[in-house]
Amino acid sequence: MMALQPLFAAWFADLMDLGGLLLVIPLMLPVVGLLLALIVRGRSLGRFALALLLLGLTSAAAITAAVATGDQALHYQLGGWAPPLGVALKADGLSAVMLLTTAVVLLGVGIYAQRGFQVPAGLPETRRSLAFWTLLCGIWGGINTVFLGQDLFTLFVALELLTFSAVPLVALDGRPETLAAALRYLLFALLGSVLYLLGAVLFYGTYGTLDIALLADLIAGADTLPPAVPVAAALMTVGLLAKTALFPLHLWLPPAHAGAPPAASAVLSALVVKASFFLILRIWFDLMPALLTLTAAQVLGALGAAAILFGNLVALRQTRLKLLIAYSTLAQIGYLFLIFPLAAGGSSVALTAGALQVVAHACAKAAMFMGAGLIAAALGHDRIRGLGGIGRALPLTVLAFGLAGLSLIGLPPSGGYLVKTLLSAEAIGTGQWWWYLVVQAGGLLTAAYLFFVLSQALSGPRQPATPHEHPRLAQQLVVLALALCALLLGLLPLSAVDLLDIGRPAAADSGAASALLADAWSLDKLWSGLWPVLIVAALVIAVRYRQQRKPVEPEGIKPTAAPGRALDQLDSLLRQWPVGGLLLLVLVAALVQTMLVGR
Amino acid sequence: MSGTTLFGLCAAALVGLGLYGLICQPGALRKILAFNLIGSGVFLLFGVIAQRGGGVLALAGTGADGDPVPQALVITGLVVAFAATAIAVTLLVRLAETSARGTLEGDEPAPPAPAGERRP
Repeated sequence: MMALQPLFAAWFADLMDLGGLLLVIPLMLPVVGLLLALIVRGRSLGRFALALLLLGLTSAAAITAAVATGDQALHYQLGGWAPPLGVALKADGLSAVMLLTTAVVLLGVGIYAQRGFQVPAGLPETRRSLAFWTLLCGIWGGINTVFLGQDLFTLFVALELLTFSAVPLVALDGRPETLAAALRYLLFALLGSVLYLLGAVLFYGTYGTLDIALLADLIAGADTLPPAVPVAAALMTVGLLAKTALFPLHLWLPPAHAGAPPAASAVLSALVVKASFFLILRIWFDLMPALLTLTAAQVLGALGAAAILFGNLVALRQTRLKLLIAYSTLAQIGYLFLIFPLAAGGSSVALTAGALQVVAHACAKAAMFMGAGLIAAALGHDRIRGLGGIGRALPLTVLAFGLAGLSLIGLPPSGGYLVKTLLSAEAIGTGQWWWYLVVQAGGLLTAAYLFFVLSQALSGPRQPATPHEHPRLAQQLVVLALALCALLLGLLPLSAVDLLDIGRPAAADSGAASALLADAWSLDKLWSGLWPVLIVAALVIAVRYRQQRKPVEPEGIKPTAAPGRALDQLDSLLRQWPVGGLLLLVLVAALVQTMLVGR
Repeated sequence: MSGTTLFGLCAAALVGLGLYGLICQPGALRKILAFNLIGSGVFLLFGVIAQRGGGVLALAGTGADGDPVPQALVITGLVVAFAATAIAVTLLVRLAETSARGTLEGDEPAPPAPAGERRP
């Protein structure tokens, strides 16, 4: 055993010598996959992609280890050209964690999709399999570039690569409604990316560079900002919001999920929307930290709060399991935007909470979408009312679904619990108690619909139903593993949380988040988080009991209630194209206004 | 009015027209064309910025006229916009082939007809 330690030390030293060169690997692997996929093709393509994804996980782990042991960000300049003309890559703690999360989730999706996207023996090769694996590589490359790039234009190209790979995944089965959903997604995302590009152009026109570090220096050094700068920041932010599908710009998200294959939905919800959110983080925290003190941060926080309440309430009204999970994504995205008003004091705790939410939600939501895919394949439908008996037929999958749900609700020891603890502590600490109420209410609403789904799944006929299509054990285990990742995130050593602070410019209070979290395991804290959820559970059971007494029951949880119908109408109004487009412009105007006035 | 102002105004007009089309036109093909209008406006604006000689050269104090960097970026941007248009048109063609539909409003109720219009 003693001989191993110097060996590891030597290995890490080698890793540090490689330094920035490591950053090229996550960009090259997906491109290699994209190009070679056309040669490999056929039956071995799935295995080939899986091997690449394994290599990707190794490289992401190596980058994380190098950042953690070196205690500083890794830098690399492509071709040795320095900015402003050259393109720089950088991995700070935040990027490293995102890279690792992406690699884990994609590996899970890769294993899960081996069955659905293989070429069956004895049949000719299909376009569907080739398209899926190449598009998955495209998404992987785009998202890795987003996490590492330091140049606003490179980031634009990366975002487009991501969108162009994600859109066809939505329409993979070629039915008209999925084609329409993909077109809707593409056009709205294009509207967002053109606004982002306009903002980048304005930055270039003002400062003559697109490198984030150089721009940040120029902006921080200026006494007064020219008006083009807040306008550019607002345009870029709103453009990215459209791609993140933050309420009320979510018009593409529900239809896109409704018809997409489960593996595609998992990638879309766990990773693709997080990439554009990551760029908003880069703009607000790295490029212009001064924005956080303005009213504009409150606007983003208010949108996030509205997303949490609206998304969860609409999720309660859904009759299809997949759409319920999609609306739950809408709500979970809202938590990401609560961090902007909470970070106004310059503390790094809110950013840590946001990053943890990205990781926890990515693992949990990927598990839920893939679990729902297995359930739908077994039943032949995914109506929530018809889930009875599935708990006996697919116990592992339903268990994984429930465990992932615990993270969404925010029960200990999940990643979601850490997020809620940090957000609540920051909300109370900065005197903004209203965000605390939103966080708590969101958790309870989430608990309500998840318990409803679980109570349906666990009831039903005593005889296990014979499934249409029995899932492979590997698929069930992958779903369970991702759910466990989300659930056990809270048990990581606290130093792992400090990793997120590495390479941050304003790490004055580094370690504040882990100090808060060290306090989170006292018994009364655990109990105060638990009892409201237990009450919700009791209420759900009571409602279920009443419903079972009534023989004829319409679809939906409370389909006849008038407030519910109003909610549905509001949702379908917001999802109409002209309304969504106008809201986008209104948001740009509101952000510009709050940024200009607050200066 | 100087050339840069004129082209800047043209760019603003293109972006405005494109935004109107993308948000208000119901047909998907018109939306795609409108997106290309916005893109052209943004690229023209970038050209104006290059002509103004801002950017790297001004930072370096060379006093040179014009800036070549935006041209390189605009070319990349054109490729991206071209790819976007190609994907959108392909999706639209498949949609028209499979369902004879040319609009995006699928699960939503159709907007009511304008009051002035009278059905024969």
